[in-house]
Amino acid sequence: MADTGTTVMPRAEQREPGSGPAIRTRELVKRYSNGTLAVDRLELEVRQGEIFGLLGPNGAGKTTTVGMLTTRVTPTAGEAWVAGVEVRRHAVQVKRLIGVVTQSNTLDRSLTVQENLYYHGRYFGLNGREAAVEADRILEMVRLKERARAPVDQLSGGMQQRLLIGRALVHRPQVLFLDEPTAGIDPQARLALWEILRELHEGGQTILLTTHYMEEADRLCERVAIMDRGRILALGSPEDLKRSLGAETIMTLQVEPMSERLVAGLSGLPGVLGVERGPRGLDLYADGARGLLPRVVETALAENAELHDLSLAAPTLETVFIKLTGRDLRE
Amino acid sequence: MTAGSVTFSSATSRRAPRLAVVWTFLALMQRDARVLRREFLPFLLRTVVQPFLFVFVFAYVLPKIGQGQRGFGEVLVAGLMGSSIILQGIQAVAIPLVQEFSFTREIEDRVMAPLPVWGVAVEKIVFAFLQSLLAAAVVFPLLYLVPLQRPDIRVQPLVLATVLPLGALVSTSLGLWIGSAVNPRQVPLVFSLIVIPVTFLGAVYYPWAALSSIRWLQVLTLVNPLVYMSEGLRAALTPQLGHMHYLAVYGGLLAGVAVFGYFGVRAFIRRVVS
Repeated sequence: MADTGTTVMPRAEQREPGSGPAIRTRELVKRYSNGTLAVDRLELEVRQGEIFGLLGPNGAGKTTTVGMLTTRVTPTAGEAWVAGVEVRRHAVQVKRLIGVVTQSNTLDRSLTVQENLYYHGRYFGLNGREAAVEADRILEMVRLKERARAPVDQLSGGMQQRLLIGRALVHRPQVLFLDEPTAGIDPQARLALWEILRELHEGGQTILLTTHYMEEADRLCERVAIMDRGRILALGSPEDLKRSLGAETIMTLQVEPMSERLVAGLSGLPGVLGVERGPRGLDLYADGARGLLPRVVETALAENAELHDLSLAAPTLETVFIKLTGRDLRE
Repeated sequence: MTAGSVTFSSATSRRAPRLAVVWTFLALMQRDARVLRREFLPFLLRTVVQPFLFVFVFAYVLPKIGQGQRGFGEVLVAGLMGSSIILQGIQAVAIPLVQEFSFTREIEDRVMAPLPVWGVAVEKIVFAFLQSLLAAAVVFPLLYLVPLQRPDIRVQPLVLATVLPLGALVSTSLGLWIGSAVNPRQVPLVFSLIVIPVTFLGAVYYPWAALSSIRWLQVLTLVNPLVYMSEGLRAALTPQLGHMHYLAVYGGLLAGVAVFGYFGVRAFIRRVVS
């Protein structure tokens, strides 16, 4: 996996395939005609062979970002390159280099499972024989060989999602875009899908996915950009992001009243790094849980505060998001 | 699994870019042909039933029971062919398009194929164009064989060879416009408010010149593309009945292709690129 870390993007004509970042954006902006600023001067760089996650709540600008990178949304300003090709000026060329799975099920309902793959191959320049071979390869990969002749309507939701991903791979794209790939499918199907994505990753496929499931970003992605209101708030490997909190434990208290004195008291406890009002109560960031619990209870009692609930957790990407925005991912 | 080395090369990179776009266009046509083959019987029925019933009732049943004119079949040949072309042309684009735009969102898949977005729209027009010509070919024998008195057909090959494709193009361009610009829920309304009046007032059941006694209607129907198609086909098949001047026919058809084509492609692009 080569990380060239280049800052200057060579022009498409000069670019050697297989060098440079898989995706790069510079000051990318999208303002819709109704005035909504969906993406705000986005700077992004995805390396070749990487699984990269855009994590954020609904409306963070993830889908718009993917839309701009996949030629479907025209940027208001800024530039974007996919596999070294500028997206706005060379849309058709970019379409050849990418595979896209959007949030909607865009399978061709008039065709069978196999035909969906076959005709996709034909659109991307394969002849009949090649397309049939590739279709077979993909059927195997997404474990749908037995359903090859079925109309797509007869597949379960998870199978359809697998077929959508498989179809996006028929033409061996350099970058695979997945917009909320596991939204609305059951947990078992989600695991099966992760498995496929891991295999692809091992084969060297560059993948950019968007998600609002922090678990998905955490378990699947090498690097994650946390996005909110059209901007990237933090970027790094899931471990680095969690470590950036500086805390090993997060204790969430549902307590009333949340007085200033209580907050001050809790902040002064040994091992507590910080106290913040989060969406689920008072969040205590601590460097360890040892001996903390009785002191917290004592402090609450001393302030005459009523403790309704208390939970302990290791930092997650969700806590990183809460720390950054003061809001839940699901809000 | 044999998938994946790091040096993926995109399949189409082997072909010259311009050629690759043509290839993609043809592949989209093949996909449509596959679907049409699978649904050929419904296509035939949809095409044949309305003109058959019309010619059967007005050119066979009514004359037979002594209520209609025996020569009516001759007037109907051009008109019913024209109306079949326009109905088939509009439906062949607009109905699948409405479906692909709304609940299936399939259009996103076609739009991601490696050709310019307008190319996807043009492919829709071209494929439906072929369907529309096919409809004309299927309907013609009916119009000839069913009437009580065989219509006297005097084919003008050059006129037929130009009016037919132009008429089919006007229809499918209009279909693209309707399918792209209209909100899916309002499509039935559009069919009632636009398509039905167009076919009823399209010089189908009478030559346009015969409207001279209802001058306002004669002028008003000049905005109807079917008028030019029916009159052009009349010039091509039954010129002895009289027809609109060639210049008007071709001018009307070309204007129709240009206007509907332009607005159709524009509406399509607006719909898929934000």
